[in-house]
Formats: sequence, C-alpha cells, structure tokens
Amino acid sequence: MAHDTTLSDAHAEHEHHELPTVFGFWVYLMTDCIIFGSLFAVFAVLRNQFAGGPTGKELFEISGLALETALLLISSITYGFGMIAAHKGQIKSVQMWLAVTFLLGLGFVFLELREFAHMIADGAGPDRSAFLSAFFTLVSTHGLHVSCGLVWLVVMIIQLSGVSAINERMMNKLTMLSLFWHFLDIVWICVFTYVYLASMI
Amino acid sequence: MSNDHSAAHEGSSHGNATSYIIGFVLAVILTAAAFMVVMGHSLSPSATLMAITVLAAIQVVVHLIFFLHMSTTAEQAWNNKVFLFTLGFVAIFFVGTMFIMDNTAAHMMSR
Repeated sequence: MAHDTTLSDAHAEHEHHELPTVFGFWVYLMTDCIIFGSLFAVFAVLRNQFAGGPTGKELFEISGLALETALLLISSITYGFGMIAAHKGQIKSVQMWLAVTFLLGLGFVFLELREFAHMIADGAGPDRSAFLSAFFTLVSTHGLHVSCGLVWLVVMIIQLSGVSAINERMMNKLTMLSLFWHFLDIVWICVFTYVYLASMI
Repeated sequence: MSNDHSAAHEGSSHGNATSYIIGFVLAVILTAAAFMVVMGHSLSPSATLMAITVLAAIQVVVHLIFFLHMSTTAEQAWNNKVFLFTLGFVAIFFVGTMFIMDNTAAHMMSR
C-alpha cells in the first residue's frame, strides 16, 4: 500500500526507515564485492605470468586511463545530483541527470571496448598469457556491470516519464541504482590503482 | 528516536549538494595524486606502491561516506555489519590465496 503513496505522504504516515528492499540490495552488492575480491586475487597471483608476451607497462596508456577514470568519477556526482533532485520531487531534473550519467557511463564503456579492441588487434588478447586472461576477466567483469547499470539507467528514465510524482517504490529503485553505480566506482578505484597504475611503476 | 530520524533523513542519510561536491573534490584530489605519484617516478617502486595503496584506501572510504552514505546511525547498523563481514571475508580470502599460491610457486619452482 505504501507503494501508491507519494514520498511526502509516506513520510507523514510513518517516519523514514531503512527498507528491506534496499538492505537486500546492499547484501547483493556485498556478494558482488566477494566476486571482485576473488578476481583481484586471481589477478594478483597471475600478474607477472607474461609467458613471453607483453607486460602491463608496455600495454597500458596513462592518458586513456585518466580519461576513463574522469568519466566514471564525474558520472558519480551527476548521479548524486539526480538523487538530490529526486528527493525534491523534480522528475524532469532527475531524468536529465540520469541521462547525463548514462552518457558518461557510455563514454567509459566505449573507451574500454576501444582499448580491448586495440589490445586484441595487437595480439595481446585474453589468450596470450595468464596475465592477460586475468586482466580481461577482471576489467571486463567491471565493464559488464557498468553496462548493466546503463540499461538500468535507461529503464529508470523511461519509467520516470510515466509518473507525476516519485513514490516510495520509485525512490527505492533510484536509491538502489545509486548504490550500484557508486559501488562500481569503488571497484574502479581498485582497478586503476592495482591493475593499471601498479603495472606502470 | 523518530525526531532524530527525520533530522538524519534530511542530512546524512542520502546526502545533499554540499556533501556530494566535497566527496567529488576529495575523490578528484586523491585520484590526481595517485596518477602523479606514478607518473612522477620520484619515489622508489615499493614506496610508490605503498603511496597509491594508501591513496586508494582513503578514496574508498571517501566514496563510502559521501556517495554511498555509510554512517554509524542506528538505521545503518545492519548494512555496516554485513559490510564488515564481507570486508573480513575478502581479506582472509585474498591474503590466504596470496600465501598459498606463493608457497606453491616457491616449492614447485615455477617462478
């Protein structure tokens, strides 16, 4: 029944409480954290097993990495502005910020795919060495998560165009996507630090 | 408790423009610092690795506080418990993997 009330009504009826949906989603994120933890462990074990192939130092470019990182960082704050607008009930503004976040995320995925394509074309694909297998598995798992986030952003923009007020259910969805998107940013911090920068030292 | 709740709701539990901008500026500074430490080549390799590890750890905490709005409020207690459990699990898993695989490599002389 709370689903049909607007957010402000819901507040008047019963004070804000952490909803089980959001907690459940948090638990899911923690299981994702374990997946990334294990992929990082695999990468750490195999990071020097080049099998005579190219090393990270030869493959990675700092300018491309900086651009990817910048896009993801900026997309975090644009999603944040979207959440602020959502709490004010400004639906058009939320849609605009989600669209900006989508474009930034799309730019990130595009840069990543271009990097992968260049590497594979140069004979440094996932089949070249254990290091590259671990690299592609870890980084593309993150990229796949970002891509799922992009689909979710589009779905939210479409769903928001059909409502006149942001109800509690809609706010839950936006909150969960917020957690998802910012969580991926945290994973990216570990990726650019330990996969890219640590290989360039 | 319900009075505290509404106050927390407006402020910390989902952030405002100021907190997002503070978090963003801190994140940009920490990211730029990590890139500059690596590009500068002024530290020894192990000191560089240590420096970017510290910067990454701080940035993760910044993101958790300013973007994921983690806090020590009562309504976040279960989130924090699950988070700490996961952190402990991943730490044991990661360190254990390193320990076992390094030993295996040393004994089998595969490195």
